[in-house]
Amino acid sequence: MTQAQTFERFIFDRQYFLSLFEALTRRGYCVVGPTVCDGAIVYQELTSPDDLPIGWTDQQDGGTYRLKRRNDQALFGYVVGPHSWKKFLFPPRIRLFRARRTERGFNIVLNDVASPPAPDTPYSALNDPPSGISPSIPIHPTAPKFAFIGVRSCELHAIAIQDKVFLGGAYVDPTYKVRRENAFIVAVNCGQAGGTCFCASMNTGPKATVGFDLALTEILEPARHYFVVEVGTDRGAAVLQDIPHRPAHIEEVQLAEEIVARTARQMGRQLDTTDIKELLYRNYEHPRWDQVAARCLTCANCTMVCPTCFCSTVEDVTDLTGEHAERWRTWDSCFTMDFSYIHGGSVRASAKARYRQWMTHKLATWIDQFGTSGCVGCGRCITWCPVAIDITEEVRAIRASEPNHKEKTDGNT
Amino acid sequence: MMSDPMIPRQYRISRVRRETADTFTLELTPVQDEGTFSFAPGQFNMLYVFGVGEIPISISGDPANPRTVVHTTRVVGTVTRAMGTLKRGDVLGVRGPFGSHWPVEEAEGNDVVIVAGGIGLAPLRPALFYILSRREKYGRVVLLYGARTPEDILYRRELGRWRAQFDLDVYVTVDRATGGWRGNVGVVTTLIPRAPFDPLNTVAMVCGPEVMMRFTALELRKRGVGADNIFLSMERNMKCAVGFCGHCQFGPTFVCKDGPVFPYRRVKDLLAIWEL
Repeated sequence: MTQAQTFERFIFDRQYFLSLFEALTRRGYCVVGPTVCDGAIVYQELTSPDDLPIGWTDQQDGGTYRLKRRNDQALFGYVVGPHSWKKFLFPPRIRLFRARRTERGFNIVLNDVASPPAPDTPYSALNDPPSGISPSIPIHPTAPKFAFIGVRSCELHAIAIQDKVFLGGAYVDPTYKVRRENAFIVAVNCGQAGGTCFCASMNTGPKATVGFDLALTEILEPARHYFVVEVGTDRGAAVLQDIPHRPAHIEEVQLAEEIVARTARQMGRQLDTTDIKELLYRNYEHPRWDQVAARCLTCANCTMVCPTCFCSTVEDVTDLTGEHAERWRTWDSCFTMDFSYIHGGSVRASAKARYRQWMTHKLATWIDQFGTSGCVGCGRCITWCPVAIDITEEVRAIRASEPNHKEKTDGNT
Repeated sequence: MMSDPMIPRQYRISRVRRETADTFTLELTPVQDEGTFSFAPGQFNMLYVFGVGEIPISISGDPANPRTVVHTTRVVGTVTRAMGTLKRGDVLGVRGPFGSHWPVEEAEGNDVVIVAGGIGLAPLRPALFYILSRREKYGRVVLLYGARTPEDILYRRELGRWRAQFDLDVYVTVDRATGGWRGNVGVVTTLIPRAPFDPLNTVAMVCGPEVMMRFTALELRKRGVGADNIFLSMERNMKCAVGFCGHCQFGPTFVCKDGPVFPYRRVKDLLAIWEL
């Protein structure tokens, strides 16, 4: 992905959104994006712009998510839902390999496409690359090629964070690598912030600045509905060529900037990140962990909706004959007892230890591990927590108890 | 071409040795001749029993013998139980070697104290082989080993042989004496105060249950061994061994890639945090 050197903006009208779909489909992309499903805006395979959540918005707060009708026909007039793009790049459930018993051992066999998928296999896993063949087998040419439409700035940062986990170390996850390299990203700048949003605190939004092929700002005027487009890559520029467009006027660009600036002022939550790593390292034994644990159901919702949580487990299974075995990788959560089990018991037996692990990892140890925070301020963990535990509130409580605590406005300590 | 770190290679069991009532040693050779298996003392492999599961097991063979991969395992769960039923000629899946290693090179010129508790002797055995094969490069070499009972003593024949050597001091203790045991009784930390080594020029390598390592490190510190010269081997749940699965996190570290062998200074404060 080479960065196109352009500071220009372009305009295309709402009616040409279909051209974007067609340009992507023609290039062999499976277009995935937001759509309304079961009372929430989720990310799924889309067939046309009609599948987008036209005229819908979401209202979010701790433990609350409701869809509401807007009084316009906005395509991206919502914030973020329970899904994130990680389900396409890092599938929730994927077969790593299959093996067949032989007389004195076993053979690892190819992930052939003829075998029927498990009933609950998501689309994204159906086309899984045959990563499980043997070392040094090239990735299948038919590995999925996704175009993501409607990626928010916090989500671009989340993808960049998972890149560090799966691509940045001594080992590379081939499943993630091929999906990531194939993915075409159409970012959308946020026209409004949600009740649990705090990307402004985490420096991850609301404006998309890196990591996209195209970035759109949706503008709704009484008589006009159009998009201001920023080109991020050469392949983004190529796709734009297939959409009727013109250079933007300075007023249109300013309007788009104002929309994002207004969104930045609307954040429903705030998190003071000053010395946050040291703050949490100092407070492993803080009584607040007991208080939050008394509410935490250890349900793992926060880890499932989090766009950066990367933990997984593997299951080795056999059929009834014992002749065939498979290894599946599935998303896992540090909130389960099994997660830390070693012979003799779980290392983190208490809810306190598990909540502390999650939050301290997200905001502190992540920085030591990957050089970046593990939190992008999307607010999903707050919205989807059944008891409305709020990570920003937990940090605030610990910070406020520090002996020399000063409000952020007093300057850094 | 991209290799998938989650795909095991096949190794055939060339020898099975029962060590104690609940431990056994497997010697493995590659099914496809892939040349040699080289590892550093202290590293581990992920061992896969067909259809049952995969677990991290430290390598306990001689690093100078690259033709054979040796693992000593205690039966504690589903996979180790299944592994214990395998016979010569059966095939296991192997991924590895992974992780950090004992500072055997860095320890040259120093006394070396090896402190093992129970099955913790297995990951230290390659370090002993390594050091004994270059014996002249080290000062005094001391092995302090604690087992639950005399029947639980691992590598009994080897211990006897090492004990008979003039250039290696071996002290064994048991938690509970049985039969005709006339040796030391008590936890392994009780051997530290009178073990013959120069604390100021000593590298200590410690492996055993976490609580044993914690107290061993404190006892070594009390004798004057520096926190930078004490090394521990940590154990955590592991599913991938390559830093993807998140299970082995221990504070900011990943035991699979930052460990399993850590300098005591790096984990001292973490060890003090309950349920970390």
